[in-house]
Amino acid sequence: MRLSPIRAILTLCGPAVIAFAQPAGSPFSPTNIFAPASTPAKSIVDLSLFVLEVTAAIFVVVFALLAYVVVKFRRKATHGREPAQVYGSTQLELAWTVIPVLIVVILFLAAARVIGVVQNAEHPGNAIDVTVIGHQFWWEYRYPSLNVVTANELHIPVSDPAHPTPTFLTLLSADTDHSFWVPRLAGKTDLIPNHPNSMWIDPHETGLYLGQCAQYCGTQHAKMLLRVYVQTREEFNRWIQEQSRPAQVSSIVSEGQRIFERTACINCHAVAGTVANGRYGPDLTHLMSRDTIASGAVPNTPENLRRWIQDPSTLKPGCKMPAMGLSDPQVNAVAAYLETLR
Amino acid sequence: MSTESITWATPQAATPPPLVEQLHHWVATVDHKRLGILYILYALVFLVAGGVEATIMRIQLIRPHNHFVSPEVFNRMFTMHGTTMIFFAAMPLVFGFANYLVPLMIGARDMAFPRLNAFSFWMTAFGGLLLYFSFVGGDGLYGAGSAPDVGWFAYAPLTSQTFSPGHSTDFWILALLVSGIGSVGTAINIIATILSLRCPGMTLGKMPLLAWLNLTMAGLVILAVSPLTAAQVMLLVDRFLGGHFFDTQAGGSAVIWMHFFWVFGHPEVYVLVIPAFAFASEIIPVFSRKAIFGYPIMVAATLCIGFISMSVWAHHMFTVGMSAAENTFFVFSTMAIAVPTGIKIFNWLATMWGGQIHFQTPMLFCIAFLFQFLIAGLTGVMLSAAPFDWQLGSSYFVVAHFHYVIVGAILFTSFGAFYYWFPKMSGRMYNEKFGKLHFWLFLIGFHLTFDFMHIPGLLGMPRRIYTYEPGRGWDIWNLIVTIGVFFQAAGVLVFACNLFWSYFRGQVAGSDPWDAWTLEWSTTSPPPAYNFAALPEVKSRRPLWDLKHPEDPDWHYE
Repeated sequence: MRLSPIRAILTLCGPAVIAFAQPAGSPFSPTNIFAPASTPAKSIVDLSLFVLEVTAAIFVVVFALLAYVVVKFRRKATHGREPAQVYGSTQLELAWTVIPVLIVVILFLAAARVIGVVQNAEHPGNAIDVTVIGHQFWWEYRYPSLNVVTANELHIPVSDPAHPTPTFLTLLSADTDHSFWVPRLAGKTDLIPNHPNSMWIDPHETGLYLGQCAQYCGTQHAKMLLRVYVQTREEFNRWIQEQSRPAQVSSIVSEGQRIFERTACINCHAVAGTVANGRYGPDLTHLMSRDTIASGAVPNTPENLRRWIQDPSTLKPGCKMPAMGLSDPQVNAVAAYLETLR
Repeated sequence: MSTESITWATPQAATPPPLVEQLHHWVATVDHKRLGILYILYALVFLVAGGVEATIMRIQLIRPHNHFVSPEVFNRMFTMHGTTMIFFAAMPLVFGFANYLVPLMIGARDMAFPRLNAFSFWMTAFGGLLLYFSFVGGDGLYGAGSAPDVGWFAYAPLTSQTFSPGHSTDFWILALLVSGIGSVGTAINIIATILSLRCPGMTLGKMPLLAWLNLTMAGLVILAVSPLTAAQVMLLVDRFLGGHFFDTQAGGSAVIWMHFFWVFGHPEVYVLVIPAFAFASEIIPVFSRKAIFGYPIMVAATLCIGFISMSVWAHHMFTVGMSAAENTFFVFSTMAIAVPTGIKIFNWLATMWGGQIHFQTPMLFCIAFLFQFLIAGLTGVMLSAAPFDWQLGSSYFVVAHFHYVIVGAILFTSFGAFYYWFPKMSGRMYNEKFGKLHFWLFLIGFHLTFDFMHIPGLLGMPRRIYTYEPGRGWDIWNLIVTIGVFFQAAGVLVFACNLFWSYFRGQVAGSDPWDAWTLEWSTTSPPPAYNFAALPEVKSRRPLWDLKHPEDPDWHYE
């Protein structure tokens, strides 16, 4: 990383700020915008540091001026006489008009360049396309060319900077406005009904990247969390293969399946290969392959799954899934069925 | 008619009328000073209401997964907090001071349209009552949420009947519609007053800066509030008459609402901050004992800000998927506005340069304003770089940034203005010691809250979430931010007690306690109903300086 004056200043400003300047490998927070792992996020950080340098320099100059004025020209003991009256100075005023204009032009050009880099990027042939659909309050992911539908946990392949395989996201909304924001991968882009948007990411390192909805979308906006799993190409291909299979159901859980298909569950949920084909809620075909439920709100444990089926509002008050009023044995049966959806 | 006979007639020995009659006078008044004070008191009530809502939010966010309030209540709180503070605290405060000060400072006896003035105030007042009535009436017959919970910019389609059943959103719409009519009325009044009621000798170029800034503000109000009112009418049509302006499921556009809202919303920031500049432009010279530096360029910069502010709105929409060209344009216009605002800061500093700075409470608030507005401006430059905004927009960084503007600049200078003009309005001096205590408590609280609020934004914390996950590095910052709130609340308490106590027990102020230079200080404190016994005649921008320094009057230099 290049050594810039802003880093020196950041270092002097105390531990809180130093943390931002640490390398991407050890982020201060899993959602630190200064720990980029993808080209759009990296371009933004480079611009940000430049803007920070310029603004920090302006701050130092003007603050020093203010401090000097306040200390130097505080009232002296000599009462009665007014100080010399000065009404203005064309030269000075011209100076502090022209210099800011020059600074603004430089900052503008720097920003315009990055806008171009991020917004006008080419869509290479080997890119992965994913359609992201925002729902109150969860994420639907569809891989049109790979025949995969999943929810809440996005899986994408790592992109080698030498041979980039970026992922292009088409952003749609099923209801209100949402915003896709995984700070280490890219800036946010809104999902607006009737207004398709797009963005792209090309993560350089494997791992789990966190984020969440960044446009207020209703009661449970806070628990519309984002999890992006960046995998090696082999892992990703294996995941795609598993996800594109229909559900494999064993007869041991037929009671749970019967309850699932005869109550309102199937109005909203789909399980590929069965009669369940609802689209209002997450696709459950491979539910057990996910680490979390309720859009990242809680880990996908048998206990949480039971509580969720029993009454979702205990885990996520205000979410759209209703409590179906199932008895304990029925809940257990449905949970046992869902646990076979791998 | 001799001057003496009028001065002599000021009410002094007369016994005060009974309370009911006094209250009736306040309700029925068309006097710009009384309406100004009504506006200000009304703003203070809503400032407290909005402050309580903010405090509830901050207690909820003091640690991750807190259960102080439910998500529904939290969402209502941030909607009500934003709407209250902008429309029913900041706007009335600005209008109140404009009402009170503009006629006095330009040597007029009242506003141009006194009855329109009263009408406008009561429209605004009823708007606020409508908004708060939603706590009672918002349920409607649906049993849906009480107060509105759509956020203060109420993005479509969250405001449609589908997503917001019940009447809470209707109350929000009507409150803004009604108070918007009041705002436009007052703006027309301010413009007419300044253009037609200036005293003899006061050309436009000899007006106090406060009048120039309020003229610009009023022009912006007319331009900005009208689209908002239009959008509210469209939203009502959508909700009640089956219109589809913003109904995305029927082909309407959510983005159009954003444009309508921000075409109002961004000039609105300047509607609020330009009067803040006005306070600073009056207080800083008096407490530095120097004339304002570069009056013509200050006026030019103000007009420039007014014009540019009409072309920057979509920087609130960098993340909604505009084309690269559109984004680039709004980056440029937004950055350009930094130039005239920069000029202002330098001119204030130049005014203080070489002066004799008195550190009384009004000046302390203005110095803090300069410091905070500098930072707010610089974080604004960061946000104006669209790619940086793709990260920072809708995060706590933005929340910190605009609170730096609204609290750090607007509220700070307003507090300064309270202390500066309190002796004129009440005839009594405030208590300086408690004024300084208020300043320091509020300063500490402000910086604890809003300095540290930038950090969770940089660490990926979005705004408007009722709770957050542990392990994101956000916990400690949110704790500090919440602690700051209590310092601010203590400061406001000291402020309220000080004003209340001083009103009854403060020292008699006299007509010119600050040895100031503008016309309002030439009449008694409080001024009589007719303001000036004889209309003053001015020759320069500082008529009282000329009076006090006949050997070296300003008109030699201007």
